[in-house]
Amino acid sequence: MFDFLKIFGGKSESSSEQAHKRLKFVLIHDRANVSPEVMEHIKNDIIKVISHYMEIDQKAMEISLENDQDAVALVANIPVNRMRPVAGHRR
Amino acid sequence: MSEVIVITSGKGGVGKTTTTANLGVGLASRGKKVVLIDTDTGLRNLDLLLGLERRIVYTLVDVVQKRVNYGQALVRHKKYTNLFLLPTSQVADKTAIEPAQMLELVEAMKSEFDYILIDCPAGIEQGYETAVIGADWAIVVTNPEISAVRDADKIIGKLQAANKKIKLVVNRIRPQMVKDGTMLDMTAIDDILSLECIGQVPDDDKVVDSANRGVPVVESKDSAAGEAYRDIVGRVCGEDIPFKPLEVETFWQRLKHVFGR
Repeated sequence: MFDFLKIFGGKSESSSEQAHKRLKFVLIHDRANVSPEVMEHIKNDIIKVISHYMEIDQKAMEISLENDQDAVALVANIPVNRMRPVAGHRR
Repeated sequence: MSEVIVITSGKGGVGKTTTTANLGVGLASRGKKVVLIDTDTGLRNLDLLLGLERRIVYTLVDVVQKRVNYGQALVRHKKYTNLFLLPTSQVADKTAIEPAQMLELVEAMKSEFDYILIDCPAGIEQGYETAVIGADWAIVVTNPEISAVRDADKIIGKLQAANKKIKLVVNRIRPQMVKDGTMLDMTAIDDILSLECIGQVPDDDKVVDSANRGVPVVESKDSAAGEAYRDIVGRVCGEDIPFKPLEVETFWQRLKHVFGR
């Protein structure tokens, strides 16, 4: 019955769920003490390195800090358009 | 064996002083010898919540500056005769007490009391350092609001860096809002802060009512917050008390609430 209603009501997230998610995100950044500027530098450096080997979708690329069982992990989601065969064998 | 507990929060107005007063009365009514130290110099309120504001002669500032010894500054509660308050000054500021002076005082008091509860000021400056330095462990009080939880995490980081054990109290929960999905509940806050939670206190008009009278709510039998505080007192004493489910007001109770006055 509940699921039935959900289908018609659309999937809406309650404000307490939103608070939960937003806090998890912001606390990781608070604790890691990484400024948005530093994150931007990290992102640009990753792009530089990876671009030697593959062509990536820079606009769709995301990097973020996430909590992984009490440790902070840097998670990068980098869509690859195609490999660069020449650059890959350069070294 | 004396236990020194600091009650802290980061954000102001979440119920640190209320928690301190209720814990103090609760522990004292179990026969423990308890002293409550107010370190919120310049903005003292613990005296008011305990109904002791008219009996203060000397303060914490007089004690650490060695003008009097701590015994002269202690105010004994009339009803709970093994409960004492060491008030702070309302005119001095937080810089009047150095952390080292506080540590020396707490060490000296340990032989006399079962529990030393320290009410910490809001913020993360010197007042915080002074309050925390002598504590064995900390109770972090928070509200189910994003700003209070974030500030709590900041304090938790500082306490962990100082190797203090921490337990959490979530204050002012509104069961109906939790049920409706519009307020964080204890489990969510537990997940966010990953701490052991020793209490969830429902938002209760009786807390304000009892503060008006200077009689902590922990002693009133018909108060949901009072019951939650009694459970917290038990958990502080090391008892394994299961959490009761939050009680949502029925339709009739809510109606009574609205038209009650």
